Amino acid sequence: MEAPETFTSGIGQCRVSDLLVVDRVSRFFGGLAAVAGVSLHVDKGELVGLIGPNGAGKTTVFNLLTGVYAPNEGDISFMGRRLNGMRPSRVAASGIARTFQNIRLFPSLTVLQNVMVGAHIRARTGLMAAIAQSLGQRSEDARLRGECLSILERLDLDGLADEQSTSLPYGQQRRLEIARALATSPRLLLLDEPAAGMNPQEKADLMVLIQRLREDYDLTILLIEHDMRLVMGICERIYVLDYGQIIAEGNPEEISTNPEVIAAYLGTEVV
Amino acid sequence: MAPWLIKRILGLCGGAGCLAALSILLSRNLETYYYLVLIQCGIAATLAVSLNLINGITGQFSIGHAGFYAVGAYVGAAWTVLWRPVLAHHLSFLEIGVPQGDILNLLIALVFGACAAGITGLIVGAPSLRLRGDYLAILTLGFGEVIRVILLNVDAVGGARGLSGIPTLVSSGDLAAFWVFGSLCLVTLLTRNLMQSSRGLSWLAVREDEIAAEAMGVDTTRVKVTAFVIGSMFAGAAGVLYAHFFTGISPDIFGMDVSIMITTMVVLAGTGSATGAILAGFVLTALPEVFRFLKDYRMLIFSVTLIVIMLTRPQGFLGNRELGFGTFARLWKRLRRSPAVSGNAE
Ligand SMILES: Nc1ncnc2c1ncn2[C@@H]1O[C@H](COP(=O)(O)OP(=O)(O)O)[C@@H](O)[C@H]1O
Ligand SMILES: [Mg+2]
Repeated sequence: MEAPETFTSGIGQCRVSDLLVVDRVSRFFGGLAAVAGVSLHVDKGELVGLIGPNGAGKTTVFNLLTGVYAPNEGDISFMGRRLNGMRPSRVAASGIARTFQNIRLFPSLTVLQNVMVGAHIRARTGLMAAIAQSLGQRSEDARLRGECLSILERLDLDGLADEQSTSLPYGQQRRLEIARALATSPRLLLLDEPAAGMNPQEKADLMVLIQRLREDYDLTILLIEHDMRLVMGICERIYVLDYGQIIAEGNPEEISTNPEVIAAYLGTEVV
Repeated sequence: MAPWLIKRILGLCGGAGCLAALSILLSRNLETYYYLVLIQCGIAATLAVSLNLINGITGQFSIGHAGFYAVGAYVGAAWTVLWRPVLAHHLSFLEIGVPQGDILNLLIALVFGACAAGITGLIVGAPSLRLRGDYLAILTLGFGEVIRVILLNVDAVGGARGLSGIPTLVSSGDLAAFWVFGSLCLVTLLTRNLMQSSRGLSWLAVREDEIAAEAMGVDTTRVKVTAFVIGSMFAGAAGVLYAHFFTGISPDIFGMDVSIMITTMVVLAGTGSATGAILAGFVLTALPEVFRFLKDYRMLIFSVTLIVIMLTRPQGFLGNRELGFGTFARLWKRLRRSPAVSGNAE
């Protein structure tokens, strides 16, 4: 029997390959429509970029996807399940992990402990087992610690496992945020300006890293980034957001020659 | 039974045995005054470590801990002086005055007191822990006062006079230090074990950054409420022990000043350090006694001392470190190597 191409989700017909479907979602802050009727979709295995000028609403889209804010209008579905109104911890458990534009590590925890918090989502033993330090709990923790160390190794942070997280230089803190997100073993990874504050060499390394992680962890990635070289270099498809609305969608070539996009970025006089 | 479980149970039994022996030794050899101070220090330390779970580890700012302390004390005492006598007519093993009866009754009082405080913690915590920082502080402070005012006005528990004539079950068989330091050890052990697990890290994550913790799949509300309930239960147990050691309780023992004092201990302890909380519990309980010779200036000097400690160690006694055997071993090594101690070895 052939697998069906489409199925009915909470928000109507979806394609099987659709991992994430955002359907006419809006979010208002007071009178301001930070996100206004945004629709987008991300297929399984894709690497999609979300770009736009400062204040366009990109981070707000991430906050809507991860349950930090509930949408005022519209629907979000992930793997055929509605995410609207789910609390962030449930969203994370369903397979979406993110990094933050303003780094949000757990300051007084070590590098490894930061990643362990991400891995804790997969722990099966309960509070009582932790208090009694049961055999099952200790072996599970040992297994999770091993997995976290191997994630740190992938991100070239393994020598720093016992350092305090906030003592790392900026670029490494950004990579640690990615490591922590990976520890939740997500299907969809949301990266909010991962290259911000990095020097050109670090940015080049990051480009390679993101692509490698996608392969290694079988990830789908949605990426917000200002650095055009990075976005154009690795994204297969790009959405452009301006004043809370999607003004363009396409592959890097289409986007870089789209007059509306150029206008949004450079001001109307140029076109 | 699993081997690790047998090991834990044996460990607990061994620890309890040692503690019981030590307790009997202490009560027979220590002067009454020092003994009383020691018990008070133990109760204060239990309160501090239990509040540390809420304030130090999950980073909430609760300043009404005396409320849970009071609930435990009153419910435990109510069992012993109000409810037990009714049942004891039919159930002879609830007799007080024989060792097994005393122990059984104290255990029942502890269970009642701790559970009542835990349930109160759930009722107070579940809605209020969604609030942030200062709102939670005001709400818990208000809760502590509400409990005190209720106790003041309920005649069944003696109103302003409180309950007196509670049999001193805690010191029965010279075991006072056993019960008090046993509960202190339990709550400290619980904290330590939890903090060594990945689940404990998720509790710390709530303190460090709630938004990031949620994004990593930590159900922050659940963590906060759980910590609040466990912390309240141990405060309740401390209350039961207080009531059954000092044989009398009244609402003014559980006033706002006690809440503030417990909070101060946790702040002094450092961020989330359980052993620091024990140290602070001892220091803040013993200091006013040490300053007793200053008569009227006692509390003034005590307050000044607190301010000086806060200024010189803003990170608390221990920061976020814990005292352990390792710390003492290192200290010992350093002492032995330092010429000051090896004296005239040259
Ligand atoms: N919690 C909030 N309250 C009020 N306004 C907000 C909030 N979050 C975002 N905004 C507003 O929404 C708009 C989009 O912000 P953001 O999504 O951070 O933009 P971007 O990430 O594209 O730079 C901005 O004008 C910002 O001020
Ligand atoms: Mg942003």
